[in-house]
Amino acid sequence: MNRFLRSLTPAEQVGALFILVFGLLTLVTAALIVLSVRSRHDASEQRAAAHADWWVLLKTSWFMVSIFWIGWVLGERVASALFALVSFFALREFISLSPTRRGDHRSLVLAFFVVLPVQFWLGGSAHFDLFTVFIPVYVFLALPLVSALADDPQRFLERNAKLQWGIMVCVYGLSHVPALLLLKLRDYEGKSAFLVFFLVIVVQSCMVIQHLAARHFPRPPAAPRISRSFNWTTWAVAVLAASSLGVLLSAITPFRPLETLAMGALACVAGSLGHLVMKALKRDRGVTNWGAQGRSVTGANGLLDRVDALCFAAPVFFHSARWYFGA
Amino acid sequence: MTSSRAKLMGWFLLGLVRLLTGAQARWYGCPPKAEQRIYFANHQSHADLVMIWAALPAELRGITRPIAAKDYWTKTPLRQWITTAVFNAVYVDRARTGDQDPLEPLVQALDNGDSIILFPEGTRGHEEEPQPFKAGLYNLAQRFPQVVLVPAWIHNVQRVMPKGEVVPVPILCSVTFGAPIQLEAGEERRAFLDRARAAVIALREV
Repeated sequence: MNRFLRSLTPAEQVGALFILVFGLLTLVTAALIVLSVRSRHDASEQRAAAHADWWVLLKTSWFMVSIFWIGWVLGERVASALFALVSFFALREFISLSPTRRGDHRSLVLAFFVVLPVQFWLGGSAHFDLFTVFIPVYVFLALPLVSALADDPQRFLERNAKLQWGIMVCVYGLSHVPALLLLKLRDYEGKSAFLVFFLVIVVQSCMVIQHLAARHFPRPPAAPRISRSFNWTTWAVAVLAASSLGVLLSAITPFRPLETLAMGALACVAGSLGHLVMKALKRDRGVTNWGAQGRSVTGANGLLDRVDALCFAAPVFFHSARWYFGA
Repeated sequence: MTSSRAKLMGWFLLGLVRLLTGAQARWYGCPPKAEQRIYFANHQSHADLVMIWAALPAELRGITRPIAAKDYWTKTPLRQWITTAVFNAVYVDRARTGDQDPLEPLVQALDNGDSIILFPEGTRGHEEEPQPFKAGLYNLAQRFPQVVLVPAWIHNVQRVMPKGEVVPVPILCSVTFGAPIQLEAGEERRAFLDRARAAVIALREV
């Protein structure tokens, strides 16, 4: 089996991976359909809620995997464009919940229609040096300047900080996912799709494990006013479990097993702690979810809830990989 | 009746509004239904008209005519074409000239059996709360007692495109439709208008 897989070209290997993932998703979906049909008769509310939870998770998975697949089939440019769209919707959600004033209008236009496309273009054309500094260095100056010219001093720092943050998380963070596809690593031609897959699998499993562990083995939370579920024990367990899972995948990464463990742990720590930071932001805005089950006034559908861990993990993962393993 | 160009433009505008604002409709208090209705809403931006049009389901969009301010929406040929061909809007003259009743076009539309979208403040407000409602809503309610009056709250649109700006910013918006109200027998004009305004404001918190 192993020898057969090695004999395939990189493209065939990636294709096989997608067949595997889509197969798994189909299996899980089928199982869930059977389960929900069966439990229709004795539908307890708790079980229904759990099923709804799973459906949401499954829908997100289908959506994300399809995006990855389309991106892989149509090439890095299309992948960048797709992620730019995800980033656009995430930033739209973020901005909707941050109070902006009329003086911010031009900065917002700049953020959505200039900064976002330029950042994804830089990533999609592998200009990685400018890609790395464009937002933290240049945009960091440009946006407050535009806001200052709007001549509105009220809560100036707060408004600008919010916009900068939104761009950092939704644009800078997410733009590193498609950029991974173009990252040149030693002896790793044509297989970077695996790297994206590795990152997403490891980070998302860390989040799921943490969620499940916190629900089934509740412990006193570390910061109860920010998150009622976050505590260091479950967090450590989730990071350890997810990065061990990553080690099983080390054959598809350019790393040796120990390196894979370290890279996986790094991505998990960045992702899960980033998620906590985003929770604090949400609490500050007085909501528990960006989407709130689609009933919120803003009509946000909670896209940011699903991708925020990735937003924090991707830049850390990308830059570590580039520094230590870059060609 | 509508040309294919108008249809294309309609799709384009719908796509644009959805991309920028999500154009989410929240029906609290009444379902979307093809009965004759007057939707009345708060007014903070010219985009309100586009927003509420986009939030209605496709079946209702065809039988619901928004009220458009004549001076603004007929200023350029493009605006005029969009409001006539795509939105099928009813124009009202905000600058009253002579002794013509400004409600006349609205009455005609309601006589035809169409639903209408009305902004009873008459002009765009810049405060948090809508301005006092003008008498038009009362007069129409009196004249067409069978038409259902549905309050609506348009959320966030003023942030998408503040006055004086040309490029819209993507921000999620929603339109909340509330429970219908009725003109009670013998109800005073001012009391009714205040009640209608309160019904619109109440939807902000839903």
